Amino acid sequence: MSRETVAELGARLRRGNATPTELAAQARTALESIADLHPVLRYTDALTERQAGRAARILAESPEEAGPLCGIPFAYKDVLCVEGVETSAGSKILEGFIPPYTGTALQRLLDAGAVPVAVTNCDEFAMGSSNENSAFGPVGNPWDPNRVPGGSSGGSAAVVSAGAVPFSLGTDTGGSIRQPASFCGVAGFKPTYGRISRYGLIAFASSLDQIGPFTRSVEDAAHVFTAMAGHDPRDSTSSPAPVEPVAEQLARGVQGMRLGIPREYMAEGLEPGVRSAVEAALAQLEKLGATLVEVSLPSTEAALSTYYIIAPAECSANLARMDGVRFGLHVDRKSLTDTYLETRGQGFGPEVKRRIMLGTYALSSGYYDAYYRQAQKVRTLIAEEFDRAFESVDALVSPTSPIVAFPKGDKSDPLSMYLCDILTLPVNLAGLPGISIPCGLSEGLPVGLQVIGPRLQDARVLRVAHAYEQSTPWHTQMPPPAPAVTGTPS
Amino acid sequence: MTATSAVSTLDQVMQRWEPVIGLEVHGQLLTQSKMFCGCSADYIGSPPNSNTCPVCLGLPGMLPVMNRVAIEYTVRSALALNCEIPEHSKFDRKNYFYPDLPKGYQISQWDMPLSLNGHLTFTVDGEEVRCGITRVHLEEDTGTLQHAGDILQQARSSVVDLNRAGVPLMEIVGEPDLRTPAQAREYLVRLRQILVYIGVNDGNLEQGSFRCDANISLRKYGDTGLGVKVEVKNMNSFRAVQRALEFEIVRQGRLLDQGQTIAQETRGWVEAKGATISQRSKEYAHDYRYFPEPDLPPLHLSAEFVDRVRAALPELPQQLAERLQREHGLSAYDAANLTAEREDARAFEALVAAGVPAKVAANWLMGEVARLARETRIPLQGSGLGLEGLASLIKLVEAGTINGSTAKELLEELYLAGGDPAAAVRERGLGQVSDQAELERLVDAVIAENPAAVADFQGGKEQALQRLVGGVMKATRGRADAKVVTGLLRERLAS
Repeated sequence: MSRETVAELGARLRRGNATPTELAAQARTALESIADLHPVLRYTDALTERQAGRAARILAESPEEAGPLCGIPFAYKDVLCVEGVETSAGSKILEGFIPPYTGTALQRLLDAGAVPVAVTNCDEFAMGSSNENSAFGPVGNPWDPNRVPGGSSGGSAAVVSAGAVPFSLGTDTGGSIRQPASFCGVAGFKPTYGRISRYGLIAFASSLDQIGPFTRSVEDAAHVFTAMAGHDPRDSTSSPAPVEPVAEQLARGVQGMRLGIPREYMAEGLEPGVRSAVEAALAQLEKLGATLVEVSLPSTEAALSTYYIIAPAECSANLARMDGVRFGLHVDRKSLTDTYLETRGQGFGPEVKRRIMLGTYALSSGYYDAYYRQAQKVRTLIAEEFDRAFESVDALVSPTSPIVAFPKGDKSDPLSMYLCDILTLPVNLAGLPGISIPCGLSEGLPVGLQVIGPRLQDARVLRVAHAYEQSTPWHTQMPPPAPAVTGTPS
Repeated sequence: MTATSAVSTLDQVMQRWEPVIGLEVHGQLLTQSKMFCGCSADYIGSPPNSNTCPVCLGLPGMLPVMNRVAIEYTVRSALALNCEIPEHSKFDRKNYFYPDLPKGYQISQWDMPLSLNGHLTFTVDGEEVRCGITRVHLEEDTGTLQHAGDILQQARSSVVDLNRAGVPLMEIVGEPDLRTPAQAREYLVRLRQILVYIGVNDGNLEQGSFRCDANISLRKYGDTGLGVKVEVKNMNSFRAVQRALEFEIVRQGRLLDQGQTIAQETRGWVEAKGATISQRSKEYAHDYRYFPEPDLPPLHLSAEFVDRVRAALPELPQQLAERLQREHGLSAYDAANLTAEREDARAFEALVAAGVPAKVAANWLMGEVARLARETRIPLQGSGLGLEGLASLIKLVEAGTINGSTAKELLEELYLAGGDPAAAVRERGLGQVSDQAELERLVDAVIAENPAAVADFQGGKEQALQRLVGGVMKATRGRADAKVVTGLLRERLAS
């Protein structure tokens, strides 16, 4: 297993101590060695070879044009479309679907010379917090294979945590990057909504979805973010604001910064080990020169129910195109209605069906005002509370998750699973940038520290996270050597 | 009521019951590309599913991008229909499953449309009618289905063509202000004319680029409430709209006369049967679960933008007709006739600008030219002769170079083939015989050859002169000016 970062691997490539093809092969071997954890759904063979060759040519012929990602292997979540590579969103209904297009975020990484190696497992249509909702089986946490890696981007978190690839891509709709990053002890960054194009991302909830990286360092997260960020005419919700250069800001430290601690995020429900790790992290930030200020986000409690109206409502429409008519699973029946019912009945898993039903109900005539419209109002309120908080602080700091990675099968009722995201989903509702970085262990399992910034202040979030990371050893922690997987969850 | 009510005629029903009619019109916009992707909006004739891309096929991960021109066209239409344009509007998702709807929802507008509160004023049987326009909004068209069988539910198989899916579609919702099928028809004629005039729609009912659904209910005269409403679809011509509404009035009137209630339902017009048939009852009505389209930001239309569209609005048919009457002294009839199609009015103005007297230009366009355009199905502007050719032809008549009947023959000949009328006249000697000595010689010869006619004329029979004029015209193969010939004959016979 390797601890090498993007920056370190890049240096090796430039010195000629490795080739992109060698790095990709090493990544492949490393990924195969953790096959028991089941984080990979498929390898991108032909594309890997092509892209490694391309990166090698750039490094050889015009090294001055080679950016920090040129020749670096990576894995990406099974919801990101790449031309010619099967993309199934962790679902039976899209099994075998090969998109004829490449999403903007992926295309920008390909343009930067990065080398895709594998497509990672995830919760079906990114719906879940444990990766147990994948139609292709759950993923194990490299820190303890019997525990979940978090979700929905569990496979992407696991492959970076296990040291198989230096970075991976996930998507975050309610915490699906930050929570698995926290559970797996890696950095996971969700940029500002609209900062990275969603073109080519199979939508779960369009107004909340955002693509972001898993990395071993904040500096690497900045590199991957920079390569993908910026306006895209093919996504009307992508921000036209110019992307501020991140690298220069990264090392400025937190001296003199005011950091807010949301009272509601430190309330009851935090596991003691999480609380003590986060409190130590806050003390460390203070030591680095930041001023800690307690702030209040009173609507936090309403965020969960707000989220579980808006996200299912959007998903109920987004998933309607999976009808068996043009692509994906088609279960042929005599009548159109039966074809719809059987295709969707067999194609979708229970959590996806639950959310489609929830969303359909919330949008139904007679219930719209009580649910959807009310949820939109609360969403606005939540965003305004963040805005007010940012009038007096530069960034917010909190735990990423109230708990550490839990055993597979432990949260069989949906509500207890939904509660895992209580500290991350308000950030999506407000469209803010947020990152989770390792801040210690609780009973041998990683704890994540969340840094949240104002809209489009992605660089500031990375700066705070970088300052903390560089002053602590947590990001260098590796999972213990893999023990055998014991038992299978029911 | 009475036993005879079951066979009441339209007139009888309309004496007892007042129809209340509101129309919903869908018009495809004449943009280059589709509403949310780069595919062509001109899909007719393309092989099935060839005019598509991942966006309009609704493939996973694809996102809509607004067509700005479609928004401008909708605002233009709304302004032509006297609507208000709110500063803020948005798109919504209208959710339902159907194989012609690739995403499982249609991007449309629900509670914040692009425009509101307009009206259209027109005249039917001398009576001015003002029909309110509730709203004009923008959405995307669906694909098309073909069934092996009558309808999807009974078909052995069905095929989907998504070439049309995503074409910008404007919906114009009219208030229930219409009271007769004739008013409904005239409303549609006027609406179509305006949309075609301002260049946003081609007004083709047969191909469905201009489509109409009608809502109709009956009530007692004097009542202000509304009866149970029936929606009528599948009307592919103005005549079909009128006939379907007449059928519905009689059908509903008879039921009401028998004390029955009207079922709230959707009915389809079946042209071959001359009847509407029930398609779907209200119990199966869709709950479309509208909600704001999260893939598109809300629209903000600045006052400057709206002013710019307003300023660029071309002259509307009614304004143009009034101007033609004012500036060129045309009758209301001629003005209405010439402005029915924008191209006719353009041709008229061009002829007048080229020096043709207004009444002469109007007569040619409404007469011979209109007939040829109808027969050949090619408008003047697209014909071989063209506007310039027609102008020079008419000027040959006005100058006395050729007479009217020669001109008509030439028009017939050159309309499709094209060619310079002046050159044709020169080359083929079609010019009027204007040589005085030659005419006098012919007149003398005809007098000498027709002693009986001469005697009749001199005996007081005025009509006999026409026989002599005819003789001269025959001798010149129609190239003489009949007026000049008549004058010469009178001169000779009087002396």
